[in-house]
Amino acid sequence: MTGFGRYIPVLIVVVILAVFFKMMGGDRNPKEIKSVLIGKPVPVFSLPALTEDKPGISEADLKTGKPTLVNFFASWCVPCRAEHENLMRLAFEEGVPIIGIAYKNEAVKAQAFLDELGNPFAKAALDLNGRVSIDWGVTGVPETFLIDGAGIIRYRHWGPIVGDSLEKRLMPQLEKLQ
Amino acid sequence: MIAELGHFSLIAALVLSLMGLVVPSVGIRRGDTRLMALADPIVFSQFLLVSVAFGALTYAYITSDFSVLNVVANSHTAKPMLYKISGVWGNHEGSLMLWALILSLFAAAVAFRGTALPLRFRARVLSVQSALLLGFLLFIIFTSNPFLRLDPAPLEGNGLNPLLQDPGLAFHPPMLYVGYVGLSVVFSFAVAALIEGEVTPLWARWVRPWTLAAWVFLTAGIALGSWWAYYELGWGGWWFWDPVENASFMPWLAAGALLHSSIVVEKRDALKSWTILLAIVAFSLSLLGTFLVRSGVLTSVHAFAVDPDRGVFILAFLALVVGGSLTLFAWRAPRLSPSGLFSLVSRESALVLNNILLSTFAAVVLVGTLYPLALEAVNGNQITVGPPFFEYATIVLMSPLVVALGFGPLLAWKRGRINRALQILLPAVIVSLVVFWAVIWESAGGIMMTGFGAALAIWLMASVLLEINDRTGFLKKPSRFLKRARSVPRATWGMSFAHFGLGIIILGITVSEAWTEEALRLMKLGDSHRVGAYDFTLEKVAPHAGPNYTAVRAEFLVEKNGQFVARLSPEDRVYADPPMNTTEAGIYSLFVGDLYAVIGESTGKGVWSVRLYFKPFISGLWLGSAFMVVGGLISLSDRRQRIGVPAGRRRRQAQPLTTEA
Repeated sequence: MTGFGRYIPVLIVVVILAVFFKMMGGDRNPKEIKSVLIGKPVPVFSLPALTEDKPGISEADLKTGKPTLVNFFASWCVPCRAEHENLMRLAFEEGVPIIGIAYKNEAVKAQAFLDELGNPFAKAALDLNGRVSIDWGVTGVPETFLIDGAGIIRYRHWGPIVGDSLEKRLMPQLEKLQ
Repeated sequence: MIAELGHFSLIAALVLSLMGLVVPSVGIRRGDTRLMALADPIVFSQFLLVSVAFGALTYAYITSDFSVLNVVANSHTAKPMLYKISGVWGNHEGSLMLWALILSLFAAAVAFRGTALPLRFRARVLSVQSALLLGFLLFIIFTSNPFLRLDPAPLEGNGLNPLLQDPGLAFHPPMLYVGYVGLSVVFSFAVAALIEGEVTPLWARWVRPWTLAAWVFLTAGIALGSWWAYYELGWGGWWFWDPVENASFMPWLAAGALLHSSIVVEKRDALKSWTILLAIVAFSLSLLGTFLVRSGVLTSVHAFAVDPDRGVFILAFLALVVGGSLTLFAWRAPRLSPSGLFSLVSRESALVLNNILLSTFAAVVLVGTLYPLALEAVNGNQITVGPPFFEYATIVLMSPLVVALGFGPLLAWKRGRINRALQILLPAVIVSLVVFWAVIWESAGGIMMTGFGAALAIWLMASVLLEINDRTGFLKKPSRFLKRARSVPRATWGMSFAHFGLGIIILGITVSEAWTEEALRLMKLGDSHRVGAYDFTLEKVAPHAGPNYTAVRAEFLVEKNGQFVARLSPEDRVYADPPMNTTEAGIYSLFVGDLYAVIGESTGKGVWSVRLYFKPFISGLWLGSAFMVVGGLISLSDRRQRIGVPAGRRRRQAQPLTTEA
């Protein structure tokens, strides 16, 4: 091997290492599956409210002319507990309307969860069998969707909103819309 | 106290690995043989110190010393002793300790062979080996220290992932690691040869046993892993083309290619730079495997905790070792003069074809594994490359390999005669054609492919037997078989065993893929269902308590035509710490195939969901792997593989071909 060919192995390795380096940077989580709903209108749905005395929720409730967050949660989900503080902050300090959807959770338990930690939700609904969550492409709880005033999904936050992910990821997206 | 002793030994080993890198190199530069000879004791001390450190960690696990953070995170007092010990390497830090232990063991083994290698060359090899150990020890001490203390110590640990609490998996990682790390010796030999600027047939002779040993362990490790997946994951699959499985498969392919190309270097003094490149690539692929598991860039069932610092460190190490050695290769390869011409039909050509196909296969697997990652890096799209891609590549690349494999051993060096080989192999051609037509006639599942696969397997096994017959004259004079068999070199017997094993594996894959019968049923006690020719009756479902789990255990009675065949007891286990469900399939192996039953969830009212399979000849996979491993061991036991035996020594003195420049 005397020609250019002898450099090929090392060149291939440089390319592979560059790819690795790029993919390790930032806060990429390889388990995250990107949402295909970004830029699309919210799926058509209709869910009963968490408490029976309130009216149910449908996609029409998301076309409010104002950015809205939709948060999928469950009382049995530990990371949901961790992000709850930030949801409270978003709701009461930033004034962002949040719609909560309890995923595969009994109404009583979900309500007890909100009674214990405070209720950040403008409206809360119940997805007992998880069918609506499937339409939204939810892969686990918690997941949070940012909907613009026209009811278009602009951003999906995968996993809990904890650490600096509120400041670095969710807030910039929110500010873009406001 | 013991943990501190381990910590201290680790740091001392770090210092010694730095010495092991520097002292012999300085010795070679100055031509000072005393400094070169110091490499041996330094390497022995490295091994001793790393062993003490590893022993200290193991002690902490055995005694459940929960003041050590690593033990808390991965162990539990209620675990059986076997899994307390296997828990040592069932986590990130401990598995790196195992890497370092085996790395230093291999370095010590090279030093132990002592005078078999020229001093200067041995010093080179050991300094490269020390450099690798230095990298791993730095990684362990600065990013993944297993000896960190926890104060106050908790009363109980978090336990080990229940899926890993299994005898098959207790030995799967150490086997694979011995294979991966065994390739480090080959790598060190290659780098040393590049630095010295000379590759000789003798070099190939030194490298071959190490390659062979690494390949044997890789084969055994991969087979154990796939066996584990088969009975533990509960749906009868045994290979998933998961990134980390691929990461163990690629070095195996490269080591297989290297095994064959180094024969050409040894016998014919050809393919030198290619062989060196393969040696570097084989170990690089092992390191890549480690990187893929540890860094968290890819999702996999094998991934341990993700930590970006660790990822960056391994990436830098990878860049240094792989990038550095390949740059050295690009620089020095022109000095490795080609020689030894051969014609198109010859043993050499057959081995070259083997190399082209095996390394193309490894490259295709690499592309399939990394393509999703590369695509995401370029445009953010997420895709996965699934089994169809890999299966297609396997069929396209392995079929010609298997066809050629029948001929290879029958061709002479330099110039072979295809006609003679064809004459000998004629019965194999006929038998495999008959099998092909018979299978298509019977019209099984994937008709054409099944016929093709079965024909390939029969061709391979028949040609191996015909070749043995040709060598020993078994059919001509059966009475003299034993005598003549003994005169055939063991390395040749090893080859026959391994090739025959490959045939069994192909047969196992083909037959089990085509004729597996499965049923998903809801069953009550006393219900019966027929799968294949077998009637499975659910006789009993009862709770069962293990040492650290509770389970629902079912009992199936399996009968054929009313005759008792076997009793299967699959379990559905629930572990307490950490809480998790695992399935234990009930398996009974008959000669014709495996009976396989899995008990699932109860739907209430005494009805359980069960899965029942009959998997014909699936045990061929493990039987074939066993043949390969045994073949490798037989070949290793060949006198010619052991350097330092008198025959080898005489030979070396006769040849002025040592690398002592």
